[in-house]
Amino acid sequence: MNALSDTALRRLRDAADGPDLSGTKYEIVDRIGQGGMGTVFRARDRELGRDIALKVVRLPEGAPDIAGRMMREARTLARLEHPGIVPVHDVGTLVDGRVFYAMKLVRGAPLHELSTTGLAERLRIVERVCEAVAFAHAHGVIHRDLKPQNVMVGPFGEVLVMDWGLAKIVGDATLSLGVDAVPGTTDGTVEPATGHGVVLGTPGYMAPEQAAGDPLLVDARADVYAIGAILRDLCGGNPVAEGRDASEEVPRPLAAIIRRAMAPEPRERYPDVTALARDVAAFRAGDRVSAYAENVLERARRLAIRHSTPILLVLAYLLMRLTFLAVFGR
Amino acid sequence: MGSFPATRHSVVAGIASHDVHTRRVAFDALVSAYWRPVYKYVRIKWRRDREDAADLTQEFFARAFEKGSLGRFEPTRARFRTFLRVCLDGFVANEIKARGRLKRGGEASFVPLDFAAAEHELSTHPAANGTAAAGLVDTDEDDLFRQEWVRGLFSDAVAALRASCEAAGKTTQFAVFQRYDLDDSPDVRPTYAQLASELAIPVTQVTNYLAFARRELRRLVLERLRSLCATDEEFRLEARELLGADPTSRPA
Repeated sequence: MNALSDTALRRLRDAADGPDLSGTKYEIVDRIGQGGMGTVFRARDRELGRDIALKVVRLPEGAPDIAGRMMREARTLARLEHPGIVPVHDVGTLVDGRVFYAMKLVRGAPLHELSTTGLAERLRIVERVCEAVAFAHAHGVIHRDLKPQNVMVGPFGEVLVMDWGLAKIVGDATLSLGVDAVPGTTDGTVEPATGHGVVLGTPGYMAPEQAAGDPLLVDARADVYAIGAILRDLCGGNPVAEGRDASEEVPRPLAAIIRRAMAPEPRERYPDVTALARDVAAFRAGDRVSAYAENVLERARRLAIRHSTPILLVLAYLLMRLTFLAVFGR
Repeated sequence: MGSFPATRHSVVAGIASHDVHTRRVAFDALVSAYWRPVYKYVRIKWRRDREDAADLTQEFFARAFEKGSLGRFEPTRARFRTFLRVCLDGFVANEIKARGRLKRGGEASFVPLDFAAAEHELSTHPAANGTAAAGLVDTDEDDLFRQEWVRGLFSDAVAALRASCEAAGKTTQFAVFQRYDLDDSPDVRPTYAQLASELAIPVTQVTNYLAFARRELRRLVLERLRSLCATDEEFRLEARELLGADPTSRPA
């Protein structure tokens, strides 16, 4: 037979690794991406006539109970109904044994690809991330892989936290969606496999206790650390990775927020993401932040900036009075 | 679940066999899998004309069979595909140097090689013109060789799939697969509904037939890949690069 064209070859390679969708209402449109947990496809829901994101999760050999556990956990995630969390529409097992999630197809750009937003807008995005993550924490779910690549910003400014594939359900340290045993991903994620001594997450965004590989040590403060790392990236680079002090790059109160969020010891971090969000919002509004002890001059400067409009009005009034007195007061 | 395909004997092990018949059969399989990438590689990387490239391709395999050079492959040092390409580079360089005493064709002959068809395929290759070929660097050369090897592997598997579908009376299954996955016309890819209408079958059957054909294709590709790898580790690596997944990570 004739040799295959490049187009046919590419399709065949995708098809040979593609999910077996027999018996489902979905058909693959194309491949969107590949991550630590498996492959994400753009798929068509034939019944509802809409495109969705279909995540097909690879399962390691010799773990027959994992599919059932993942189904239970996926149902937990499906209950996380929040505007900042990508909704799960459907969960199931394909005939080839792999678990799939049908999720809302998010349009927009991942956070690390946004380059034109100002600092205030970037801080607003971080606050939205905190809100979504705080909601998940309140429902006993820790993300464990927060990073710019997992935050999508939509065309209307909506912020969505993606990829809950490594999420941990609080209360059962052995339960996680991190079951992929294949090393080497396209997004830098350290490949997971549930259990003690195995590292889950992405270097640069992983809290030290998470990098140590003990799931019992990981709690909501690991997500605080990761959001701190996202904030660090958004505030002018990657000072930790490059061995530089964040304070060289950003205003001191903001650098203090980052330092506190990324404190090596969990007890020295913000107790939860809500507290972190409060400080970020305070900085954005020009208020005092809890992470930074400002001196008198700094406080005066901050208040001057914070209340610049009334101060300028008063100064203008005084100047006008002085001018009036100087001209007509004799 | 997760076992390696074992229906074909390892070609790499076969070419090192002391039994002439075993070695012969293994070499035929090896030539079938590699002659196209070898020919195209010689044409593009070494910029030989058609006749020269065809002669060098035949001579390379004939010499390798006679001398047993490919049987000396050490799996710990490289992948077999890389080893073969390095051997080919050495062979062609020596042949060009010793042009005057070049002996064409060798004594051994293998499966028929359709160089005209390979030449036709090459005419659409972006690196086939002189400018692009001259700009090739080492990485490109390896990519070229690998790409042609992958193309041969999938072409072979698709031919086997077509034959098995015809033998089993599953021509509609293959037709669905052909229209959806093989057809590379510039038209927009048909939807499942369009295919169902075209072939007068329910949409659910399109999904099922496509899944069947892809499952079979995957099995056939892995089966052939296994036979061309020297070790399980090499097989895993190749399968992961080729299909994006560990061959053992999915239930059979």
